[in-house]
Amino acid sequence: MSDDPVLFGLYVPPHPHPLLAPDQNKGWGELRAAYDECRRRIEESEADIIIVYSTTWPSIVGHQFQVQPEPEWVHVDDDFHFLGSMPYKFKMDVEFGNAYRDAAESRGLHARTVAYHGFPIDTGSVVALSLLNPDNRIPACIVSSNMYSNRSETIVLGKAARDALKAQGKKAVIVAVSSLSNRMFTKHVDPVDDRIHSAKDEDWNQKILEFFEDGRLEDLSQLSRDIHGQIRVQKVVAYKPAWWMAATMGQHNNYDGEVMAYAALHGSGGAVIQLTPSEGSFGDKEFDEDDVETYRGDRNVLDANAGDMQAPGGVDGPLDEAERPADDEWRNPVEVIDDLYDEYGSSVISHATGALGAAAGAAIAGPVGGVAASIVAKKTVGKMMSKDGAIIAEDAPSAVGAYPHARRMGNMLFISGVGPRSPVDNTIPGGPIEDEDGNPLDYDIEAQTEACIENIRIILQACEADLSNIVDVTTFLVDMKRDFSGYNKVYAKHFEEIQATRTTLAIQALPTPIAVEMKVIAKAP
Amino acid sequence: MTKGEIVLGCLAPHPPHLVYAENPDENEPISEGGWEALRWGYARLARKLKTIDYDALVILTPHWQTYIGTHFLGVDAFKSLSVDPIFPNLFRYHYDLKVDVELSEKMCEIAGESGIITKMMRNPDFRVDYGTITSCHLLNPEWDKPVVTVSSNRNRHYYSVEVMNEQAQALGRACRKAIEESGKRVVLIASHSLSHRHFTTEAPLPEDMSREHIYNHSQYVWDMKVIDLMRNGKMQEFIDLMPEFTEQTMAETEGGGLTWMMAAMGMPEYPAEIYGYQSVIGTGNVVACWDPNDVTREMVL
Ligand SMILES: [Fe+2]
Repeated sequence: MSDDPVLFGLYVPPHPHPLLAPDQNKGWGELRAAYDECRRRIEESEADIIIVYSTTWPSIVGHQFQVQPEPEWVHVDDDFHFLGSMPYKFKMDVEFGNAYRDAAESRGLHARTVAYHGFPIDTGSVVALSLLNPDNRIPACIVSSNMYSNRSETIVLGKAARDALKAQGKKAVIVAVSSLSNRMFTKHVDPVDDRIHSAKDEDWNQKILEFFEDGRLEDLSQLSRDIHGQIRVQKVVAYKPAWWMAATMGQHNNYDGEVMAYAALHGSGGAVIQLTPSEGSFGDKEFDEDDVETYRGDRNVLDANAGDMQAPGGVDGPLDEAERPADDEWRNPVEVIDDLYDEYGSSVISHATGALGAAAGAAIAGPVGGVAASIVAKKTVGKMMSKDGAIIAEDAPSAVGAYPHARRMGNMLFISGVGPRSPVDNTIPGGPIEDEDGNPLDYDIEAQTEACIENIRIILQACEADLSNIVDVTTFLVDMKRDFSGYNKVYAKHFEEIQATRTTLAIQALPTPIAVEMKVIAKAP
Repeated sequence: MTKGEIVLGCLAPHPPHLVYAENPDENEPISEGGWEALRWGYARLARKLKTIDYDALVILTPHWQTYIGTHFLGVDAFKSLSVDPIFPNLFRYHYDLKVDVELSEKMCEIAGESGIITKMMRNPDFRVDYGTITSCHLLNPEWDKPVVTVSSNRNRHYYSVEVMNEQAQALGRACRKAIEESGKRVVLIASHSLSHRHFTTEAPLPEDMSREHIYNHSQYVWDMKVIDLMRNGKMQEFIDLMPEFTEQTMAETEGGGLTWMMAAMGMPEYPAEIYGYQSVIGTGNVVACWDPNDVTREMVL
């Protein structure tokens, strides 16, 4: 326990009321008193640093880390400017901020530090640091909350904080600045009349508080998607603070939880909560999602509406505002253009023609990519054989990502890597290499290789070509030792005559439970 | 008192990159240029503005976000440093501006009477948002006219783009009434881009124009579609289409700027003057204006 780099964690509200107007409402005063008690506990602790993750500091380009040594400003909130100004001067742990950035980068995150006079530090960070560390006894680190980041990215961000703490041998108090339910009243409310916006928000807040009291932080982390759907304004893509907090504190359920105050802040749920690592355990944590060590992009594992926010190509979303519809809410541009034809007639025809041509290729690399590419390509297949562009083979197994089966460039055909999956029923001829729990299964590499080559044949056929057009083959095997000879035998049967160049590689894994994938380049007919 | 009027409406996007590219004295970082199509268009619109007699600029910007109704600047002057939270490397601008508080109060009052939740912003320490600073700098670099910033109400995040579109129109009609009653000649500014999907990585040299292009073709098609409506004087049609445009392109129009301005101007049926279109980190930006005076109205593009 004593070697844990995190002494304790705090969950605190971002609104300025406890700082600026604790006397105007009983609940605001209670939140303030709890904040003050946390300040005392930090003073009595052996903390070397306070790390603040604030949901009111949205970043767009990865995550940002504040490393201005002594940021100083007079902050005013956009909404609650009438409550007063918040002058501040903080002390940042620059060395730690840099180390945190490095740790984040080495776990695959995009990260950068900011050190500019006048940089707008967000209300939540200002409130939390002003109340928890008014004399700058301990240096702080503030990290942003990326607007589009989802579970994997946020968990990895938490783990990176742990990495940096361990590397520097520092003990930290960590602070997640966030509301529980975050729906505020949209009209002015007399302070004495403040209450939680709705009964539903209240119910969910109580449930979350119960989890905190029981020290079940990891369980709460696992519930984040539900919390987001139920009581969070759909402004950012996910409710993230429990993910970050749990990952930073070591991903377990063994804490002494203490809800020190809970009250409404203009309708939203504000709570001051302390979690201290303890020996006892509430019970097994309920992992329903993979743990993740390195960020490679979030996957749509559980919830299509809360999944992958990184488009293929790594670009996305609005610059300033926080909302992006899920992929399945996007209308593909071709459909939209068709509607526009119907609606507005000829004025868009020139653009639409462009869309049908270019959109078949790289132009729709965004989240609409997969679906749109296939629709566009279906519309254009047969017409585009003499032109450059993407090709979807309707009889081949569907792609598992936003890519076409093939793409013609000049007189060359580039075929996407393809596995043995049956285009008819998605089964794997020769059997999958493992079951759903990841237990290895026996499989037939020869059958898989045959099926793979058959799929290539189907795709080439859609390009009006056949196996004899192939000039180069790259094969990926997940188990070279076990499978090479079986694969090589089947390969020879089909390719001996063709004499394409070939490369065979062993790789760690393929995206589905298959043993072989092949990628070819062919000469266009 | 003569009846006040809206003498011009400008669609004025606020990528800080444009100010950065220009190297004005007020901005700290130094660049080698970039985004000229937009900057030249802005320069031309700024020249037109110089020929117009007006009392104040009223701007609605998505970067002053309020959840509790619509707020109006209510302090005579502001002087401070504006640092872009996303691109602090590009934009650290020293501003010094005057506010037409009388006009601001009038708009707040009339909007309140029409049932809109409103608030005057009276805190002298308030930092004016960078949308206001960027758009106003590009349209009037001398800062010789007072400004009123109207906040962007974020009910959009609670309700829907359709609700936002309705509310922004109600606010526009109220502001028009207030301007007429004020007796002033006012230029309106909707400060935002069109399509707003953008790259999430930055080129090592931000002004490297070999890296700049529209995010994707569908965004481009949408932008061209709505610019076409602007050029053909079909603003009612555009505003009707706004919820879908906003959703499809993640547009900053969700802040209600253009809808507000068009409602205030009575949904123009005359062509907009288009000064330039270009992408900035993948977002689609157009500089345009609506001139109600058919004698001075130009066919720019
Ligand atoms: Fe913006």
